[in-house]
Parts: sequence; structure tokens; C-alpha cells
Amino acid sequence: MAERWNTGLRWSDVTPRAAFLDRRRFLATAGLGIGTLAFAGIAGAKIAATPSPYSTDEAPNSLEDITGYNNFYEFGFDKSDPARHAGAMTTAPWSVRVEGLVDRPGDYAPDDLLKGIALEERIYRFRCVEAWSMVIPWIGVPLASVLARVGVQPGARYVRFESLARADEMPGVAAGLLDFPYREGLRIDEAMHPLTLLATGLYGEAMPKQNGAPIRLVVPWKYGFKSAKSLVKISLTNEQPVSTWQMLQPKEYGFYANVNPEVDHPRWSQASERRIGGGLFAKRVDTLKFNGYGDLVAGLYAGQDLAVDY
Amino acid sequence: MEALHRALRPVRPWMVYALGSLPLLMLIWQTVNGALGVDPVKTIEHRLGEVALQLIVAGLCVTPLRRFVGLNLMRFRRQIGVLAFVYAGLHLFVWVTLDLQFRWSEIGNDLVKRPYIILGMAAFLMLLPLALTSNNLSIRRMGAAAWQRLHRLVYPAALLAAAHFIWVMKAWAAEPMIYLALITGLLGLRLVPRSRPAQRARVPGPEPR
Repeated sequence: MAERWNTGLRWSDVTPRAAFLDRRRFLATAGLGIGTLAFAGIAGAKIAATPSPYSTDEAPNSLEDITGYNNFYEFGFDKSDPARHAGAMTTAPWSVRVEGLVDRPGDYAPDDLLKGIALEERIYRFRCVEAWSMVIPWIGVPLASVLARVGVQPGARYVRFESLARADEMPGVAAGLLDFPYREGLRIDEAMHPLTLLATGLYGEAMPKQNGAPIRLVVPWKYGFKSAKSLVKISLTNEQPVSTWQMLQPKEYGFYANVNPEVDHPRWSQASERRIGGGLFAKRVDTLKFNGYGDLVAGLYAGQDLAVDY
Repeated sequence: MEALHRALRPVRPWMVYALGSLPLLMLIWQTVNGALGVDPVKTIEHRLGEVALQLIVAGLCVTPLRRFVGLNLMRFRRQIGVLAFVYAGLHLFVWVTLDLQFRWSEIGNDLVKRPYIILGMAAFLMLLPLALTSNNLSIRRMGAAAWQRLHRLVYPAALLAAAHFIWVMKAWAAEPMIYLALITGLLGLRLVPRSRPAQRARVPGPEPR
């Protein structure tokens, strides 16, 4: 069998990946103009990002786990829906509107928002409110750096985030599964905390669409739903924003949503979590307060009763 | 209908068990081949519960089908019911073993504090005596009337199982609502008064000329 298919080609005949991509880039440039060049170039190369002391030394989940198991209700309720449908989402061109109590409001392309800020790799634990967790090697910049760039005015006490809601590209939006656009919010000190990330990639590549391309929020000490995906709007306000989940079930979802094994979701326990990725025998482990980031963030909530401010 | 009954004649009740084990065999095959995705435990747990609910619905169809359609599947009803109980039991077993991993204090807490778990457990406990008395000896010992009264427990069990499904979801999803609608409808059909339509069927009026 092997003989019949032998073409006489050797491994040495295989085009090196870089050369292959260069040819693609040449074709793209010749056919579609200079604009495509940058993208074709980025698609092949690993994004350069500096490691961070905030990273956990736990082993990250596989890319397959991270890109095949997503809650992104804009594409459907099932965790395999985003991987199936997110390909249709247009992420370039993209624009993030920055508005409210800022010095330099406007519509920013993600590149302009992040220009000159060093990309970091942050390997964070990610804990879903559904009591499962993963470890994800994000690439991004501290949200604080971006907020500094747009100039936060003194009266701003909260940040409100809004995700893309485009019915013709997102079946879950078309079906009205939630009250879209998806909204989230942070207190200004939470937003300025060095752990809080605007992520644009993971595993050294640009953000996969099902994970919230091209730019998303990552707040590792809060339940995953706080980390809004595919951001189109960032507003600085003096009023506490109301999140999508709060609007849907105010008794079950509060504004803070800090990971806390002592405060259960009304319908299920938060005492432990299953670490996804172990297949049939994925281990259940105790959930840590603030998802294990208590040393860094507990101070933000000094004097607050976390059972009340859930 | 006669043709359908004739076609069903060679089907033996044990064949229902063979057919009913297919979803389980499928799950095992998919597990072994890694075809259940990133989180096989949740998939297995949910699929087992779903099949149990589907079998409960199938069991509830038997009486209305005979009464309103004239299709008699009564001799397969016991197998359908026992299968529903088996899948519900496997669903519970996977929850305790693979999902909660024998964390008994958390399991205990869930059983007293979580409404959807209480509902699911109540539904399972209602199916238990039904499965235990799903044999001819029990019918003879209890008497047909008492046996039938006991087996009406499947009505509340079905409603609780559907509510359990609705309550576990984070948002309003269509699928569990469809099960609840089906079950409510099938139970509602049992409230249609029996005597008059039945008599009319037995005593046909004069032929129109």
C-alpha cells in the first residue's frame, strides 16, 4: 500500500512553513493590496509576549479544551456551539467605542488601544459559575494601561463593558437566548487592578473567535461570566452598571460575582469545581476563595460582607 | 392499524430491552473512543437523564395511544418503565461517582438545599417502588386496583423530572420546556371523560343514508 502512494518526495522537499506563509503573503499582497499583508503575517507567527509573575505554575489546559468548551451564548447554549458558529463572526475591521467619563473618548481599533503597551502572557485559573475550571495562557495587557491611555476622569467610579451582538452572524443573538448585547461591569479599583486583563490572544496566537476575539476582558478572581468577550464598548460611569445576568436573575447573580466557596449560588454549591481536561476522571478540587488570588485582591473588599455583595 | 398490530406481533417484550440499551451502548462506545468532547462526564450525566425522561414520556404515551389512536402497545409498557428507572438510576450513579466524586458532605448538602436536586431525587424515589413492583407476582399480590393506584406515582414523578430539568438550566431553554409541555399534555389527556365517547364507539348510531 505504502509503495503505491510513494511519490518520491522527501521531507527535504517540504516547503518550510515560513516560506509557505511568505508566498501566501505575496499572493495576498499582489491580489488584495497592502492591507492584507499585516494579517497574513500575524496569522503565522507566534505573538511575542513577556512572561508574568502573576502566572500560575499549574499546567494550562490544551488548546483543544480551551477552544472546544465555551459559554458564549451569542452563539448558542451548548458549549460546543461557539466553536461551531463563531467562524462567521467578522472581527476585522473591529472598533471599540470608549465613552463616558474619559478624556479621550472615541472609536478605537484594538491595535490603537494597545499600541506601545507590552503584551504579557498571563497563565490564569478560570473558574466558571457552573463549578468547572480550566487554566488558560492568555495574552494581553493590563486594563489599567489602556484606561490610563484614554484618561479616566476623577468622577468615574465604574467601568461598563458591552459585547458584540450581531444577529446575522450570531445565532444565539438571532434567537434571543439572553437580553443582548451582553453587559458586564467592574468597580474602578477592580478595573485598575494589575490582574485585570484586556486579552487579545492565548497560547501565543491571536484570540480564537469562540474565546472572544479580537479583544476581551479577563478577571481571574471572578466567575467566568464577568470576563466579557468580543468587546465593542467600554464606558466609564459614576453609576454601578447592571450586568446581563443580574437583569435575568437578580437573586442569583450580583454585581461582584467573586469566586467564593462560602457563598453558594442559590441553586448549586460553589464549594468545589471539576478541573476540565482529565476526561472521564477529571478531578474535583476544592474551590479557593477569590479563585486563589485572595493575596492580591482580598484587600479590595475590606469591610464588605461578601455574602451580601455576591 | 390492523396492519401495524400485525407487524408488531413478532416483537417480543425483551426486544424492547435490547432496543432500550442502545443509547447506553452508544454512550459507552463514544466514551471509549473519546467522542464525547472536552467534558465527557457532563455529557454522560445529561444524556442519561435525558434518555430517562424520554422513556418516561414514551411510557405515558401508551394509554392515550390505545384510547385515542387505537394502537395497543400495552405489552411493552413494563419494559419502557423499567428502562426509564434504569436510566434514571445511572444518571444518579454518575452524579455521585464521576461528578461529585463521593464528596458525601457536598452530596448531603445538595440533597437538602438544592431544589432541583431535591426534585430529581424525589422523582427517582417515586420510580423506585414502581420498578420493584413491575412483575406479575406483585400485581397478583397487590391486586390490580391497588397496583394501578401505586403506579399512578409516575404522573408526579414525570412532572418532577421535567421541573428538575428546567431548574438546572442557567437560562430559559426550549428543550426542557418541550418535555414539560409533552408531559402536561399526556397527563391532561387522561382527564378527558371516558364514559360517553367510549359508549358511542361501542354502540354505533344508525348509518347515514
